[in-house]
Amino acid sequence: MRNSGYFSQFGGAFIPEILVSTFDELESAYLEAKDDDSFWKEYLELMSTYSCRATPITRLDNLSEQLGGASIYAKREDLNHTGAHKANNVMGQGLLTKRMGKTRVIAETGAGQHGVATATMAAKFGFDCTIYMGAHDVARQRPNVFWMEQMGATVVAVKDGSQTLKDAINEAFRDWVTNMDDTHYVLGTACGPHPFPEMVSWFQSIIGTEARQQMLDQTGKLPSRVYACVGGGSNAMGIFSGFIDDKEVELVGVEAGGRGRGVGGHAARLAYDDATIGVAQGYKTYFLQDKDGQMQDTHSVSAGLDYVGVSPILSHYHETRQVRFEAATDDEVVEAMQRTVRHEGLIPALESSHAFAQAYREAPQMSPDENILINMSGRADKDIFTVADAVDDPKWRDFIITKAAEYQMGQNDKKQGNGHA
Amino acid sequence: MPEQTKLELAIRQKLQQKKLLLMTHIVLGYPSFDDSLRVVEDMVKAGVDLMELQIPFSEPMADGPVILKANAEALKAGATVEKSLEIAERIVSEFDIPFLFMTYYNILHTYGVNEFVSRCESIGIQGCIIPDLPPAEGLDYLEAMQADKLAPVHIFTPNTPDDRMRFLSDNSAGFIYSVARKGVTGKETTFSDDLSDYLARCRANTTLPLAVGFGVKSREDIDFLTGKADIAVVGSETIRIVEDQGVSAVKGFVESLVA
Ligand SMILES: Cc1ncc(COP(=O)(O)O)c(C=O)c1O
Repeated sequence: MRNSGYFSQFGGAFIPEILVSTFDELESAYLEAKDDDSFWKEYLELMSTYSCRATPITRLDNLSEQLGGASIYAKREDLNHTGAHKANNVMGQGLLTKRMGKTRVIAETGAGQHGVATATMAAKFGFDCTIYMGAHDVARQRPNVFWMEQMGATVVAVKDGSQTLKDAINEAFRDWVTNMDDTHYVLGTACGPHPFPEMVSWFQSIIGTEARQQMLDQTGKLPSRVYACVGGGSNAMGIFSGFIDDKEVELVGVEAGGRGRGVGGHAARLAYDDATIGVAQGYKTYFLQDKDGQMQDTHSVSAGLDYVGVSPILSHYHETRQVRFEAATDDEVVEAMQRTVRHEGLIPALESSHAFAQAYREAPQMSPDENILINMSGRADKDIFTVADAVDDPKWRDFIITKAAEYQMGQNDKKQGNGHA
Repeated sequence: MPEQTKLELAIRQKLQQKKLLLMTHIVLGYPSFDDSLRVVEDMVKAGVDLMELQIPFSEPMADGPVILKANAEALKAGATVEKSLEIAERIVSEFDIPFLFMTYYNILHTYGVNEFVSRCESIGIQGCIIPDLPPAEGLDYLEAMQADKLAPVHIFTPNTPDDRMRFLSDNSAGFIYSVARKGVTGKETTFSDDLSDYLARCRANTTLPLAVGFGVKSREDIDFLTGKADIAVVGSETIRIVEDQGVSAVKGFVESLVA
């Protein structure tokens, strides 16, 4: 009887019978890889030649001075190939897919970052690739959809439910229960049935391992606090894993506060009191659900944090108080992002900007002897449409109007051309 | 699970008169609770032997597009767990065939597993199918079901190994639900020699009656299954008929299956 993958009461594998042998196979492959030193060596080699590892840490000189408290550092996961920490997990699972002899990968994506990373990995390793993405997210993340398709992936817009990340996950499972023989499901975050939370955290632990050493090398000591945004929890698990045994380091997870407290307006499962313990999408954790256990709509300016559940390992850390959870609202996040762009020339993704917002709130109250570290999980190129709207930039609007008019004219010309031919 | 449940007894009794029983599936509250009642009435009159009543859930991961949509529409129309339980109580008291609940584990978890099982017992529901609850995760549930002599039904699939089938059977009562193919509900199934071999393997690994579902939708499918299984399960197809032709078309369809 398999009953593993629990972190206190959270986690488990609540999976349909048809997937039981697939999960057994995945768990064995994962455990074998973990035991095999050559696997991690191959992984590090791949990440240093295909992506940009080790990513540096950068001191935010100007903002540290302006805010006048702790020195602020950022771990630069934005410098990964494809622009986010998602690459760490995807490349690891790609190597595992090869080991298992599978030839097709599928993935869900919210912001599109994980979809792009998976499509990239599939192009490199020669796998067929299908990406499931909520129709709502397809609409707000067109640039990422464009790149996935360029890389040969089929992008399926999921029109069920709330048309966001959770619905994309359900749809990916529906694909998997049919095609598990040749297909691996590259789950994008530290959620889902065992062994995904643990396995994804393992690949992401590369962030924390590097960051801890870099802080010691560059500042001579450990940071007082480490901040990470929390969607499903993979970048947070990644950086926190480096410091979880250091009692003097406080770990702070920052969730999407959206429009503020009250079900439907945010995606803060742990920082606010709106979530309760439940079982969905194959695992047990805190979910934003109603009193019957039906999942509720969530909201965030950032598609990547707009999710009803959270890593079972983080729910466990929440209960053990090894991680403190906070939430940043949409407005605070956009403000923090603009400030970072303006004063540091760094462009944090809207997801990552949640961690920046919380750090900026706390840094001024800290002593100048202290250092804090923010996980800059990704860059905001993908968010250009959302950010341009949020900052209400008239020149951007003019550009889009002009561009649209050009397309319109092009289309009219084509129609007329066809008519004449 | 050594003790014979009421459900298994009822199935075995019916099997003395008929070679293959018919089980159908509806989503409670779809398109409305009144319609659910009507559909059940028509199905029972048309000769259905037992029924699965699905309590709608927002994340039905093992269901295909047809049942997925029915779940979503039922919830949108205001279906709640309490209303589902109430309508089930009415259904069970009005119609004299065995009824089971089909739903996802979060519904039980949120309601309280013991409370849910007691409620099944008091309503007269005879068994449950919870597709996302493997025995290893459902010890409380299995205990509660056994204490109330209700039937926890588990699922066999084409890639379930023999020893796992025996383990599942040991943890089941009433019958075994064997899915005819990989995938979710509501897609095509090829009724072939492979399927016959698989069903023979299912038979060899359980002494419980064997139900077969996923893709059963015509008289030919039923004929194919006769002699190979004890119960044919028609799920998505009746829901598709409600969707395409309305509630009133269900009776004719079911009659065409049992004729
Ligand atoms: C840049 C970035 N950061 C964070 C996240 C949130 O995911 P997680 O909590 O798994 O790190 C996403 C998800 O798409 C992302 O794109």
